[in-house]
Amino acid sequence: MENSRPKRVDIIFLMEGIDPIKVVETTIKKSPDDIILEMIDSGLKGRGGAGFPTGLKWKFTRNEESYDKYVICNADEGEPGTFKDREILDRVPEKVFAGIAICGYTIGAREGLIYLRGEYNFLLPTLNEKLILFNEGLKKIGLDFSIQMRSGSGAYICGEESALFESMEGKRGEPRNKPPFPTVAGYLGKPTVINNVETLVYAFMIARIGSEKFKEMGTKDSRGSKVFSISGDTPKAGISELELGMTVQQFVDEFGDGDTKAVQVGGASGGCVPRKMFQETIIGYEGIPTGGSMMLFNSSRSMYNVLHDYLEFFTEESCGQCTPCRVGCQQLLKGIEAIKRGDKSPGYLEDLKKLAKTMKVAAKCGLGQSVANPFVSIVSNFKEEIIY
Amino acid sequence: MADVQQIINDVTKVYGKERKALMPILQAVVKIKNYLDDQDLISISKALDLSAAEVFGTASFYTFLDIVPRGKNVIRVCKTISCHMAGKDEIIHAIENTLNVKTGETSVDKKFTLLSTNCLGWCHKGPVMLINDKVFPELTAAKAIEILQNYQEEE
Ligand code: SF4
Ligand code: FES
Repeated sequence: MENSRPKRVDIIFLMEGIDPIKVVETTIKKSPDDIILEMIDSGLKGRGGAGFPTGLKWKFTRNEESYDKYVICNADEGEPGTFKDREILDRVPEKVFAGIAICGYTIGAREGLIYLRGEYNFLLPTLNEKLILFNEGLKKIGLDFSIQMRSGSGAYICGEESALFESMEGKRGEPRNKPPFPTVAGYLGKPTVINNVETLVYAFMIARIGSEKFKEMGTKDSRGSKVFSISGDTPKAGISELELGMTVQQFVDEFGDGDTKAVQVGGASGGCVPRKMFQETIIGYEGIPTGGSMMLFNSSRSMYNVLHDYLEFFTEESCGQCTPCRVGCQQLLKGIEAIKRGDKSPGYLEDLKKLAKTMKVAAKCGLGQSVANPFVSIVSNFKEEIIY
Repeated sequence: MADVQQIINDVTKVYGKERKALMPILQAVVKIKNYLDDQDLISISKALDLSAAEVFGTASFYTFLDIVPRGKNVIRVCKTISCHMAGKDEIIHAIENTLNVKTGETSVDKKFTLLSTNCLGWCHKGPVMLINDKVFPELTAAKAIEILQNYQEEE
C-alpha cells in the first residue's frame, strides 16, 4: 500500500447485527482445541503493546492441569497517549465480556475479572449493571462462567501483568520475576490468561467471522487491524481503527497538521520517529510496535520538553523495586537538566545513553527496560534541542 | 464520620476475609472519607488478620489511596505531554488562584485538594481533570473555574 491512505476498518466498534451472547453460544459448540487453532491461524497478537500471540497464550493455559484458572482483562490503560480501551469499554462492553467468556470456555476457567484503572471509575456503575445481565445470559446458555470487576488505584505499573496480579491480591503493585509466566502461575498462583481489552474484542470477532477474514488484513508479521489513539498536534485527534502495515509517512499524511516533525509511537515507553524516518518506518511488529498511542509533534514543540515529561513520568511511576530503574530514571532526568543548565558538557549525553541501554538489560520489568526507547530515539535524533 | 468497621463488614461479605479483599476495602474507605488514617489501617489489618505494616505498605503504594488528609473534593489535573501541549499549566494556575492553594495543598475550608496526575486517558480532549471520580475534558481556564464554583455551591 505504498503511499496510499491508511485503510479504515470497522471491526471493534461494530455492533449492528451482533448479539454477543449468541456468538458465545455458537462458539462454545466447537471444541476448545478448534477455537485455539482458529486463534493461532488468525495471527492475532496482543494489542496491549507486547504483542504475544493470543492463540498460544490460550493454548499454554489450557494445557495446564488446575481446577482453578482465571481470565483477566487488562483494562489498566495507563500508557500516556492511549485512550482506546476506555472508548471500547464505554461503547461496546458486551463484546469485551463475550471475548472473556470465550477465552474462559477455551482454557477451562470459571471466573473472569476485569481490572479497570481507577481513573476510569466513572465507568464502573454501568459496567457492573451490564455484567449482571451478561452473567445471567451465560447461565442461560449453560456456560459455567461469570465475570466481575476490580479497580486499580492510580498506579501505571499495574498495567504490567504480574504487578496487576499482585495488586488484585492486595499487595503493592511490584512486578514479579519471570518465569513462571502467568499461563503457569498468574493470579493467586493459578494458570491465568491475561489479555488486553482490545485483544479480547478481536478474539471475539475472530470467533464470529473466522480467522480468514482477519488474516486478509495487515502484513505477514502484523495481521489484522488495530485501534489507534491519536493526540498532540493533529486536527484529527481521537480514535481510529486502521489496517496494520502502514508507514509513519502514510499515517502523518492522514493525521498530521502539515508540519509534523516527529511522531512518538507507543506512548512514553515507545520510540520517537523523526521526519527523516517517516517513509521507511512501518507501524507494526516488523517496524515500530505500538499499543496504539500515537502522539504527533510539530516544529513548534521542544523535544527537550517532550523527553523531560516522559522521564518525569517514569521517575514517578517506577515501582522502586529494582535499582537500575529506580535510580536510572532519576539520573536520566537530572542528567538532561544538568546539560541544559550547562552544568554538564554535551558529551555527558553519551554517558546517559549508555545508562539507558544498561537499564534495558538490567531492569526487572518492561517499565525500566523501555525507558531507553524514548531516551535513545529522542536524544539521537534531536541532540541540538536537548543540549541548547 | 463514616463507620470504617461497617465498610469492612460490607466489603468482606462480598470478597471474603482474605487478602484479596484488601484493595476493595481500602478503595471503599477512601471513597467515603477521602483518605485513610492510621486507625483505619489498623482496623483493616485486624479484620483481615494482616500486619499493620503490610496494610500500610499496600496503601502507600497507590496514588489514589491517600494516607494524608484530603479535602472533600479531590481535583487531579493531568500533567502528561498531550495535556501539557494543550495548556494544562493555565488550568492549574487558574485553579490555584481560585482556591488560593498550590498544587498538592488543601483549601482552608477543606472543600478541595488540588493534585496533578499522570495521563488520565483523555489525551485527545485535553486539558482534562478528575474531580473525585468525575471527568472534565476539554477545559479552558474559565470552564475550570465555573466547574469549581458549581462544586462550591453544593450544600
Ligand atoms: S523496572 Fe522499574 S517498575 Fe519494573 S520492577 Fe524495576 S523498579 Fe519496578
Ligand atoms: S495526556 Fe492528559 S489525558 Fe493523556
